[in-house]
Amino acid sequence: MDIRPKVLVTKIGLDGHDRGSRIVAAHLRDAGMEVVYTPPWQAIPTVVKLALEEDVDVIGISSLATDHLIVPKLMRALRDAGLADVTVIVGGIVPDEDEHTLLAAGVARVFHPGASLDDIAIFVREATVRTRAARFAA
Amino acid sequence: MNKPLPNDTPASTEDAHTRWRAEYAAQIGTEREIRNRSGIAIQPLYSPLDVDPARHDADLGFPGQPPYTRGIYPTMHRGRTWTQRQLIGLGTPETYNARLRDILSQGASAVSLIPCNSVFRGYDMDEVDAELLGTCGVVVNSADHMDTCLDGVDLAHTSCAMNDPSPFTLLAFMLATAKQRGVDWGSITGTSNQSDYLSHFVANHMFFRIALAGARRILTDHIGWCNQHLPRWNPLSVVGQHMQQAGATPAEAMAFALSSAIQYADDCSAAGLSPDDVLPRFTFFFDISVSFFEEIAKFRAGRRIWARLARERLGARDPRSWRFKFHAQTSGVDLTRQQPLNNVARVTAQAIAGIFGGLQSLHTDAYDEALSCPTQFGARVAVATQNILREEARLTDVIDPLGGSYYVEALTNEMEARIVAVLDEVEAQGGMYKAVESGFVQQRIGESARRFQERVDRGEQVVVGVNAYQVEEDASARPALPKPDVALMDAHRAHFAQWKRERANEAVRRALDDLARAANTKAGEANIFGSVVAAAEVGATHGEICGTLRRELGFGHPLTAV
Repeated sequence: MDIRPKVLVTKIGLDGHDRGSRIVAAHLRDAGMEVVYTPPWQAIPTVVKLALEEDVDVIGISSLATDHLIVPKLMRALRDAGLADVTVIVGGIVPDEDEHTLLAAGVARVFHPGASLDDIAIFVREATVRTRAARFAA
Repeated sequence: MNKPLPNDTPASTEDAHTRWRAEYAAQIGTEREIRNRSGIAIQPLYSPLDVDPARHDADLGFPGQPPYTRGIYPTMHRGRTWTQRQLIGLGTPETYNARLRDILSQGASAVSLIPCNSVFRGYDMDEVDAELLGTCGVVVNSADHMDTCLDGVDLAHTSCAMNDPSPFTLLAFMLATAKQRGVDWGSITGTSNQSDYLSHFVANHMFFRIALAGARRILTDHIGWCNQHLPRWNPLSVVGQHMQQAGATPAEAMAFALSSAIQYADDCSAAGLSPDDVLPRFTFFFDISVSFFEEIAKFRAGRRIWARLARERLGARDPRSWRFKFHAQTSGVDLTRQQPLNNVARVTAQAIAGIFGGLQSLHTDAYDEALSCPTQFGARVAVATQNILREEARLTDVIDPLGGSYYVEALTNEMEARIVAVLDEVEAQGGMYKAVESGFVQQRIGESARRFQERVDRGEQVVVGVNAYQVEEDASARPALPKPDVALMDAHRAHFAQWKRERANEAVRRALDDLARAANTKAGEANIFGSVVAAAEVGATHGEICGTLRRELGFGHPLTAV
């Protein structure tokens, strides 16, 4: 079965460096996925609302200047909204000790600088397959 | 007896050049085409045939004389060396102050304050997630905080650059501090580093706080107000650096900066400020990439073009208006996360290019900036690099030491032609404001960024440790993020909340109402920045001032699309 992942690519917090999020969004779109892209500075409730309304499979958070520190808050908000099955990935500058915190909070994967765009696309596709299979089973 | 040996003494320079060409071609085999980042083809050799000696006076002249190619002052670094300006900022005002004193005691001669991301976005600490406070800069929300940041710093004798975009609240806080300390505003020196809102709209979105038209009005008011009250302050720094960091080639970055400067001068002119009132206080800020000779030529060409534009395009008569003053920062984009100590070598090469390019002020990046906010150790190495170049390598002994180099002069001419071509394109778009509003500039930068990335991906542009000479590294080499002390930050927040309750809230409310009214006047009826200073003096906070202007003039949404 041919699946078409739906991905929200966004930035939360205060930083505005959006070169990375735009490159990733464009690549996923070119790879045939449905991409919902937002400018930087989204509030966490806005991201949760978008994820619900758009029924996305994956949320990609880009963080270049410490905004990853509030990703655990986003994970809690998603769970509270019943979106625990949405896969969340983070890309950008994330120190090792913070990566452990993010993974413990439920983030599926952290992509560091130098990660290949194809690897990100493959990961998103596989996560979508898993999520949809689980939803179908439930 | 004196019969010439035909093989050894050619009849002319041209003949000798032809002979070298033939021998070179025979030995080199297949010639690899080499182009610099701006796209200029680089020859294997430059000779007297590449420069026109008759153009010496018109193209070069002498330092301190138009067209200033060899430097804007007669003495250049031999007289007064460049200012060592290091960016620092982390945590609370107390933490910042301790770090600042350390850097000043190590030889830095000027202050450059980096506020927290929350400040960049125009918010107070009680408006954002506490986790994000102070991680990338100092949390300064009021004149009181600024007083603490600059404790022990002699404001009358220390140049203080404020990295703070429109509406320039941090400068307003510093002026309030100066007044309280009895320091005359006339003695305050420094620069509004982040005043170039066009560069924020295009490239550095974090600094774009207020919508385009409002940002334009505030900047013109800011320049006009400083012109009247702060004779030694530079209200404008035109930032080619953001454009180059976002991917513009060195030639494009110079051209976009010059186009922006023309736009700002035209806007001032429309507001009744003559070129000779404002241009002597215009400054520029550039990136220094590791493309060594290209950067030197970029700066030399930029000086020459500005001298011409200031006179011919803008009509300035005062030689101070023709001088192209600039600060430069070694390029962070060139630094690598892989083998981070290699960055010391990159920063050194970049810094030498900037010094030979005739800069007035220099920031050298810490080698660990590709990993996190710089550590204290990294910042010290960066300052020491400048000290070594100045006092051990003695790069300041001779003015424009590469002047007259066939290569550097030929390249300066070619860079000038490239820069002027882009300037003309922007002019054809109706000037820089229109060229960014339409997305023309953003598109050009995006294309150049992609082209450069493709060259890196294909291995045509070598990046040591990334696409060549890689070594196995321990992944745990990524250092922990220096995080501000949680207890100190909590105390900072508690103190701020209490202070806000106890200040003269009625006076603050009146000042913010005045500010809102000023924001809705027509240009020339009121000075918005004057109202910002007045509000800061009575205790209005950063978030209150920015919030008021955001409400009245619109939120700054950059033009972005996928």
